[in-house]
Amino acid sequence: MGKMPYDRVKLVRQSGRPTGLDYITNLFRGFIEFHGDRRFGDDPAIVGGVAWLGESPVTVIAIEKGHTAKERTCRGFGAPNPEGYRKALRLMKQAEKFGRPVICFVDTSGACCGVGAEERGQGQAIAENLLELSTLCVPVISILVGEGGSGGALALAVADRVWMLQNAVYSVISPEGCASILWKDSSKAAEAAASLRLTAEDAKSLGIVERILSEKELGKKEFYHRIRALLEEELESLAQDSDLVSKRYERFRRIGSSAVCGAKESL
Amino acid sequence: MAFIHFLKPKNQLEEGGRTAAPVQQDQGEPEKTCPNCRRDIPLSRLWANDLVCSCGYHFRMKARQRVRMITDKESFRELFAGVRAENPLGFPGYRDKVETVRAASGEEEAVVCGEARIGGQDCCLFVMEPYFMMGSMGSAVGEKITSLFEHALARRLPVVGFTVSGGARMQEGLLSLMQMAKTSAAVKRHSDAGLLYLAVLTDPTTGGVTASFAMEGDILLAEPGATVGFAGARVIEQTTRKALPAGFQKAEFLLEHGFVDAIASRSGQRKLLAELLKLHKRGG
Repeated sequence: MGKMPYDRVKLVRQSGRPTGLDYITNLFRGFIEFHGDRRFGDDPAIVGGVAWLGESPVTVIAIEKGHTAKERTCRGFGAPNPEGYRKALRLMKQAEKFGRPVICFVDTSGACCGVGAEERGQGQAIAENLLELSTLCVPVISILVGEGGSGGALALAVADRVWMLQNAVYSVISPEGCASILWKDSSKAAEAAASLRLTAEDAKSLGIVERILSEKELGKKEFYHRIRALLEEELESLAQDSDLVSKRYERFRRIGSSAVCGAKESL
Repeated sequence: MAFIHFLKPKNQLEEGGRTAAPVQQDQGEPEKTCPNCRRDIPLSRLWANDLVCSCGYHFRMKARQRVRMITDKESFRELFAGVRAENPLGFPGYRDKVETVRAASGEEEAVVCGEARIGGQDCCLFVMEPYFMMGSMGSAVGEKITSLFEHALARRLPVVGFTVSGGARMQEGLLSLMQMAKTSAAVKRHSDAGLLYLAVLTDPTTGGVTASFAMEGDILLAEPGATVGFAGARVIEQTTRKALPAGFQKAEFLLEHGFVDAIASRSGQRKLLAELLKLHKRGG
């Protein structure tokens, strides 16, 4: 039996779990980090660059939360600013130019909520990522490894394959936020977490993720070995797909279509 | 994060949105107080002025009233009118909420879509509905917007869109979130075909709608004083525990920071939109 939804939310918020950089250093060889969005600055909440996956060059992008209190503060608690999303987009376009796949690791409670973020266009930055990722001509795999908080997570998850760790959560709003808006009572977060259907199993049954990754031996060599093998296998099959972009369109196009009724008449 | 506002109680202003201006002379004409200049304005005058106070304050407007205001007479042909969401996640209380909102607003969902002419120019049009769960985006809104861009692509028509939204509709959970990706992909296809998308941001445009199709127009206009942002101002204030700068997230703030092309008052919108559509028409 899996854990209750809200227990998972609390679990993945803990600092002891592997963070973005742990995945990068353990899954790939020779990671070289690239900084900056070339427009404003460098967001430490998003780490990106190039590395080897087996014998193939890949672009890797990860939201980094940090482990210690100091690291977490430096990383902005894994809540990216617009420049973080713009750096990610720059690296994705670079990957497209050089024909290498993109692998993203998502772990955020949500995009940074602040005056500066709004002044620099947080909404516009996320929107542009959604727009551009929808037609990126190289394979994209996104793995939700902890918290998948709303648009701030989706900005790195418009992918050909979206995978989730067994206890990861993916939600349109935090359970606390949902409970306080709907029921004016943030202590009803557990109830909200259950209603929001934010677990990996829920996301899979809704057709939003393709694969749930077991957390057996989480953070151990065997764990990374298993994920690396899955990534290699998946990228090999995606590399042979000449119809990537239109399949990605269809992948998102159908989500929610069965939830609506009423004839879609055309003129 | 999604920031959802709730249906405001019905008032005379909304009531008037569905029919012609109701003017009752017997007990003195109904009035509305302008939140900006604090003056009481007779409703008939407000209606005659497209819900804009003489001080320039733009009141919220029902989607169908906006359609009437902006399109050429009898040119609007509604599309995807029957598309509506049920309660796909079985979210507690959602079905009742939607039924109440449907009855009160007279709308099936939070966006009205169709084909229309503006100043003689053909286009596809969507107008979001502030009085339907504050224009929140669930599966039906996502489906209608996506279908409209696909329809416009097939017909090689430009899209004009008026946004107003509290964000993604949390009662549809992840399905709502995914509508951001779905609508964006449809905007991109339309855009890659060389077609124009004009977005007019109205009060308020926030959350997942700002972070998707609202900000993806080739040209972005905003109504004066409209709140446009990603995170809600109150949430930012609570998170940062700092006072917000004056005019934060207002249309003028966005203009100053380079995120909209121009501020467009309601009175000039029709002409401006027609001119922009004309300027982007190919092959005459």
